[in-house]
Amino acid sequence: MTESLDRRTFLARSALIGCSLAASPLLTPVSFAAIPGDHRLVVIILRGGMDGLDVVRPYGDPAYAALRGDAGLEGPEGAIDLDGYFALHPALRPLMPLWQQGQLGFAHAVSTPYRDKRSHFDGQDLLEAGLSDLGAGTSRDGWLNRVLQHLPDSRSETAYAIGRDPLGVLGGAAPVQRWTPEADLVLSPQAIKLAGMIMKDDPLFDAAFQQALALSDGDGDAVAITGTPDDMMSMVNKNRAQGGGKNGSLEQRIAEFAGKRLRADTRIASFSINGWDTHQTQNATLPKTLKRLADAILTLQETVRGPVWNKTTVVAVTEFGRTARINGSGGTDHGTGGLMVLAGGALRGRQVAGDWPGLDEAQLYARRDLMPTRDVRAYLAWLLHSQFGLERTTLETEIFPKLDMGYNPALLR
Amino acid sequence: MRFDPQLADIRFGCGLSPNVAPPASVAQMLATLKSPDAIAKRFPIETFDAFQARISTAQDLQKIRKQNRGSPEALTAKKDRRVLNKEARIAQVGWLGQHLNRWAHTNAPLRERLSMFWADHFTATGKAGLVRRAASPYMESAIRPHINGPFEDLLQAAILHPLMIHYLDQDRSIGANSPRAAKGGKLTGLNENLAREVLELHTLGANAPYTQTDVTELAELLSGLTFGRPMQLKFRKDQAEPGSETVLGKTYGGGPAHIRDIQAVLRDLAKHPATARHIVWKLAVHFTSDTPDPALVSALEARFLETGGDLGAVNEALLTHPAAWETPRSNVKPAFHFMGSAMRALAVPPDGISSLEERLARRLIILPMGEMGHIWEKPDGPDGLPEEDSAWIAPQGIAARLQWAITVPQLLLSDLPDPREFVHTALGRFTTPAVEFAAKAAESRWDGVGLVLASPAFQRS
Repeated sequence: MTESLDRRTFLARSALIGCSLAASPLLTPVSFAAIPGDHRLVVIILRGGMDGLDVVRPYGDPAYAALRGDAGLEGPEGAIDLDGYFALHPALRPLMPLWQQGQLGFAHAVSTPYRDKRSHFDGQDLLEAGLSDLGAGTSRDGWLNRVLQHLPDSRSETAYAIGRDPLGVLGGAAPVQRWTPEADLVLSPQAIKLAGMIMKDDPLFDAAFQQALALSDGDGDAVAITGTPDDMMSMVNKNRAQGGGKNGSLEQRIAEFAGKRLRADTRIASFSINGWDTHQTQNATLPKTLKRLADAILTLQETVRGPVWNKTTVVAVTEFGRTARINGSGGTDHGTGGLMVLAGGALRGRQVAGDWPGLDEAQLYARRDLMPTRDVRAYLAWLLHSQFGLERTTLETEIFPKLDMGYNPALLR
Repeated sequence: MRFDPQLADIRFGCGLSPNVAPPASVAQMLATLKSPDAIAKRFPIETFDAFQARISTAQDLQKIRKQNRGSPEALTAKKDRRVLNKEARIAQVGWLGQHLNRWAHTNAPLRERLSMFWADHFTATGKAGLVRRAASPYMESAIRPHINGPFEDLLQAAILHPLMIHYLDQDRSIGANSPRAAKGGKLTGLNENLAREVLELHTLGANAPYTQTDVTELAELLSGLTFGRPMQLKFRKDQAEPGSETVLGKTYGGGPAHIRDIQAVLRDLAKHPATARHIVWKLAVHFTSDTPDPALVSALEARFLETGGDLGAVNEALLTHPAAWETPRSNVKPAFHFMGSAMRALAVPPDGISSLEERLARRLIILPMGEMGHIWEKPDGPDGLPEEDSAWIAPQGIAARLQWAITVPQLLLSDLPDPREFVHTALGRFTTPAVEFAAKAAESRWDGVGLVLASPAFQRS
């Protein structure tokens, strides 16, 4: 064995050690050559059960009006006709330019295999686990983590779980980075220096602290602040506040963070948007939550932009749809069939995909919910197939066990 | 073996305190586990029995609502129900305060550590409505009394608890050939969730030699196990799968279905050699290192097997083994431990924690703990919190700890200690020159105190 070979082995080993210690592009300025493809995927979990029938309104269905009343297409503030059959909720009007460019689309009447119990807890568990049923026990990992396990050269910064909520969809054996803009540091300049000094006592702490500083600094607001703990506390609270920080809503900050990481080495990002459980006065509550979704998508588009955006797909999924009828308090209750939202430059959008089941009482699931006509996992699986080249057999056995992917809906360009 | 009082307090206790002296000996530490639970009396947490009264009231109100739809009585019942839910929500936050008060003030800190460890091992919580608030009462009633006795008792108390039955869907599992299934209805067959987790998480461990058949057989054996009003353990013969079941080669039941058969299988699982290995490994990891000394693990395993799983004996074996004192401090305190030990070092007075109103408690304790990686009483899954140090010292976790350490203590205390003295109170003989310097050089008390708490020297155990 020559000396140079020994040296190469040594260098390879030290690179590995460095990687597991720091696991950050911020600390390892040398960019790794092997990155699993250049496609980007953002998965947004819409927690609470989004009412797909209100978001993309099937006003062309003869039974729609009896269930939901007028689709509200009139006026500049009204719902927007998409294709002569479906109309978009007015709160998503800001996304219409994306629709026009073919960068926004939907899949209607989709659901996980979850039926009948209509519990958020189990519904989200199944959605994130990607399994066919939970009868065999709770899953230990999420389908998106299993995707990582099948990507060659996946490293911890390949995927980011963003936000304070636990994201079961990314949980599992493959390493994943986590960050929430709410955790942004707000410290006195001297405390930052001294913290850096004490962390040097311990490599694990030091690496994490350096990354935390870099991540905190990355979103534009200052890490260093001169003031009392009360000033810091109010900055911290502002970081945590749902709306109106100087960098916009929490969703915008999360999306901006995600966008920046996607422009670098990250290929998969996931976060959740809560607030879809509209049991009451849906006309007042749903628009607010939809605005947050629209803000998140637009912020992703603005931040990612350019050629990277053209490789990006954003997909938003929810645990179940809601009842076809409006309930007694102007809201809707937990249902079955729902809606999947798709966006991104990689998308072949401007379409509402899916077989429409109809809204006649006999066509409803259990005479109350939109009948799901396709497994939401089938769309996800085809996306993963196109974006990351995962084999159909892998998808149907490892990522989404027991799934039949069916025909290819050709969601991407 | 050289006993080290300060290490004892940090590694096996709730951290150093300016008010409570470290333990004088292992014998004293073990004796505290056999003494009356004084700190629980001083800072009470509702028992599950008492919590059931809340559930019972909620069920009564629900009945009134259903029977008188749209009537004024129904409306009042709805309002009362909301009040009840709110009260429970506030109580849950209060119990977190009591847990922290116990950590800050106890002179039997090993009991707190073991209680948290076992509550996490037997993670359970409510999934909807009022029972979402029941995790601390469950811990108080099913876990805490059993941390120094036979593992078998702890296992039975946890697995046969209605909250566990609810959390792992056992109430939805019925024998496919049971009389109830024959009647038709929503429940038609087994749900293997609890059976699988009992084997994988609670007893044998994932790497143990058991098969899917064992899981299914155990699920059949568990069928019939459910709860009735107001969330009380119940065994329903008409839901039990008829016939005998064989788990790990031993046959149970066969006669008329009876909960005794379930108790018997749990008893055997509790003493299984794989369970011994799994349990002592987890204990050794939790208290010493992610890669514990094999000699320590073997010693604990031997003690577990010799005593048929007497946790008192295992606890003693842990504390008397040289590795417990010689292993370098490589573990990282989990989030609750970090906060609790910070409050202990700061000697936050009891009302500094318990007088926090709910909103403030969320902002100062629950939200930051979530950012540190522990979402209080909302576990990601039945496997509970991670043991690996790297899970806690990730960028987000360390940022949250540092931010909390600098901003929150001054809101809990009227006077922050002098950082130059506090560094020795909090770190004792583990003070490093860097932390000592930072405490002196900080330009404010809050920075100084915060830097001490955020230092690796404080966060390692």
